[in-house]
Amino acid sequence: MVVIVDYGVGNLFSLASSFAAIGVEAKVSGDKTEIEQADRIILPGVGAFGDAAEKLFSSGLADVVKAQAKKGVPVLGICLGMQLLFEKSYEFGEYDGLGLISGQIRPIADVIPKDYKIPHIGWNALHFEGEKSPLFKYLQEGDHVYFVHSYYGADCKDVIATAEYGASLTAAVEKDNVYGCQFHPEKSGKVGLNILRAFCELGGQV
Amino acid sequence: MITKRIIPCLDVRDGRVVKGVNFQGLADVSSPVELGKYYSDNGADELVFYDITASFEGRKLFSDILKEVASTIFIPLTVGGGINGVEDFDRVLKCGADKVSVNSGAIRNPSIIYEAAKRYGSQCVVLSVDAKRVGGKYRVFSKGGREDTGMDALDWIKRGVDSGAGEIVLNSIDTDGVKKGFDLEMLSAVCDIVSVPVIASGGAGCKEDFVKLFKTLPKVDAGLAASIFHFGEVDINDLKKTLQAQGIPMRI
Repeated sequence: MVVIVDYGVGNLFSLASSFAAIGVEAKVSGDKTEIEQADRIILPGVGAFGDAAEKLFSSGLADVVKAQAKKGVPVLGICLGMQLLFEKSYEFGEYDGLGLISGQIRPIADVIPKDYKIPHIGWNALHFEGEKSPLFKYLQEGDHVYFVHSYYGADCKDVIATAEYGASLTAAVEKDNVYGCQFHPEKSGKVGLNILRAFCELGGQV
Repeated sequence: MITKRIIPCLDVRDGRVVKGVNFQGLADVSSPVELGKYYSDNGADELVFYDITASFEGRKLFSDILKEVASTIFIPLTVGGGINGVEDFDRVLKCGADKVSVNSGAIRNPSIIYEAAKRYGSQCVVLSVDAKRVGGKYRVFSKGGREDTGMDALDWIKRGVDSGAGEIVLNSIDTDGVKKGFDLEMLSAVCDIVSVPVIASGGAGCKEDFVKLFKTLPKVDAGLAASIFHFGEVDINDLKKTLQAQGIPMRI
């Protein structure tokens, strides 16, 4: 069973529906035991890093997600959920993340030209980095996905895809069994559903 | 490179899409779910649903339909109509909307832009403006374009963006329904004063109108239309291929 971690940030309706659309049972839960029993974990998130990290750590769910990731359970962070997998964030201060992915979260304003709009919002093409990730099993180079973000993953050694927006921005990451998408697969049409499908097929069908 | 977006707009009253549509192969052309899915499968980059219901029952029905749409269609959804306070944002976001469009509600109570942006983020707040030329200036109209508010449109849009609106939909009453092209002059004036995405609405009659829009005004992010898509006069996939052939970035 896929468990979508509910730690009180954002609306999980579309995400839960997208698993139903690919025929995978997914449960939205903030219960430690249920997350420990999950064979796939989704870490969602919208809003500001500091607020979300505070909720994730103070609820004790951060430790559960981390422990399960170390045990080899596939984890997929989405949008802010991906950012939370990083070591640190510099969004309105300095905050610790889960440290499962290398690098820090920094403002895209640091790297993009001044005349580019912030947030980076809309459909952008994926450029695969290195060997094609199993997450992209059903995708082709240049497929479009939907982004909404003002911060990005910097100094990251685990990048598997980037998007061009006046600079090459981290679009997806992978380190062993831990994955992250800066974009929203649940809002990226068939391409997005195919990413979720591939995630659910990692190491065998759920 | 971010692509330009093509957005069909669906008006919903009492749970049904108004303005007849004539697609072949759709069992129920007035079903927001079926029509939304049709557009999503046929190239739409985003969908806008406007709730034009006045009654409480109709509003409840709209929420149920929105949930059904959001559990079937996995592209960004913007919802407008009847948004008068932060609690309305909450209501439609919980049903699966990604962005909420405010118009008359923000004219009556401008603080909802700031309140909603603070709570849900600017990317969630779309300011939709109906504007018309009056005495050589652009004036804001409310109540679906029926009432002159006396406010200057450029001032209002600037104020909206300063308060936290993350996107502007500019509907020109002067070109709306005329099908002779978007209001490039008015759009240009708006693009000059804001740095958030601007969506052009009102006036599209054919594919060339979109080509002209994006060629003349590279700062415009999206083109929105209703009847030309609903009546099959312009096919979205075909339109996007034409735009791409003209060098305009598109998601094909």
